[in-house]
Amino acid sequence: MTRATGNEGFGLIVSQTVGPFFQIGFADLYQNDLTAPGLKGKVITIGGRVLDADRSPVPDAVIEIWQANSFGKYAHPEDAQDKPLDPGFNGFGRWATDANGTFTFRTIKPGPVPFNAETSQAPHINVSIFMRGLLDRLVTRVYFLDDERNDADAILKMVEPERRSTLLAQPDLANPDRYVWNVVLQGPDETVFFDF
Amino acid sequence: MLPPLRPYRKPAPGVQPAHLHPDYVGSIKRAPSRALVQIPQTLSEITGPRFESRQLKLGADLTAQGQAAPIGQKIVVSGRVLDEDGKPLRSTLLEIWQANAAGRYRHPVDQHDAPLDPNFIGKGQLITDDEGRYQFTTIKPGAYPWRNHPNAWRPAHIHFSLFGPAFATRLVTQMYFPGDPLMPFDPIMNGIRDEGARRRLISSFDWRTTIPEQALGFAFDIVLRGRLETPMENRP
Repeated sequence: MTRATGNEGFGLIVSQTVGPFFQIGFADLYQNDLTAPGLKGKVITIGGRVLDADRSPVPDAVIEIWQANSFGKYAHPEDAQDKPLDPGFNGFGRWATDANGTFTFRTIKPGPVPFNAETSQAPHINVSIFMRGLLDRLVTRVYFLDDERNDADAILKMVEPERRSTLLAQPDLANPDRYVWNVVLQGPDETVFFDF
Repeated sequence: MLPPLRPYRKPAPGVQPAHLHPDYVGSIKRAPSRALVQIPQTLSEITGPRFESRQLKLGADLTAQGQAAPIGQKIVVSGRVLDEDGKPLRSTLLEIWQANAAGRYRHPVDQHDAPLDPNFIGKGQLITDDEGRYQFTTIKPGAYPWRNHPNAWRPAHIHFSLFGPAFATRLVTQMYFPGDPLMPFDPIMNGIRDEGARRRLISSFDWRTTIPEQALGFAFDIVLRGRLETPMENRP
């Protein structure tokens, strides 16, 4: 299979920044409430701020999330697990930070998904972060501080113990269905970002 | 027993731009300082959002979103979305956005002293067909100034966003135009160290899609990460 015309040379097309004006192209798929009536599982909110090296809020970041449903099943043909899909839950969210660098998602707490044939991963949400100043996206994960399955999670174990807390959303003491999770782009408490 | 996962190839070092590229001033306070943590691809990375059944609000003709035709050179931008093995990626969502012919975005943050065009919004969406093909009709965006360094100008470009089949294949990039004299001076392009990877972001003039007396054609194929050759068990 070859191309007959097009750009020079065949190979991977690499990333460039979303720039400051992504809202023009992205707004039509903004969705920060993934819930719908009748969905199974626990409704949660995850909110926080995106902060730069000076701990100044980043007012022009866009965050995308991708997650399994409450059974731990992704709405994708390559998830061959014998678990139910939840019609009405597609697992995708996209939201931009506001002038204070804050964002919120309302969603269903995901169930555990497999790590390999023997073990499961702790519930987590996959996150991409785009903004002016980043030539490539940042990829990270949100886990839940109050979930005991974190201790056995193979991915968390690959992170230095003193940095793991950057991946853990903290339940609000007054409302445990509300989690706080901040993204620190650079600095002593810098969020862990992944490559794969 | 679940079938083995089919993970995606990792780009060679230096092909994807690094997060920190000091010539691009915006990266200095936003790029992480710690090394990325390398993890294996799991079910979380080899699945991803799908949009083929979604009703798209925007069309693929950016010249038909106003009361009249927008000002500027009408162009057709087309190509295929493929993986690194040349396999077409069908039913994948493309989102594009761009400045108007004067180099101005329809966005409150854009204060460039150039006119907005009431007939140009500058955004489009489509889903690739069974051969991975896409085609947008638009106008050629203008170059515009920015404040990265004295007398800084961005080369004309169209922003492209694609998902591909997986979370691992998500891509946001920019397409440039052949012969643009601003490209060698652009810190955003030059953040890509690999010359071939940089040049692949430049579309080519295309007679096949050039419409007589109407529009110039530009071809731009978009290649996303391919799979590792051999399916493998995903073990650390």
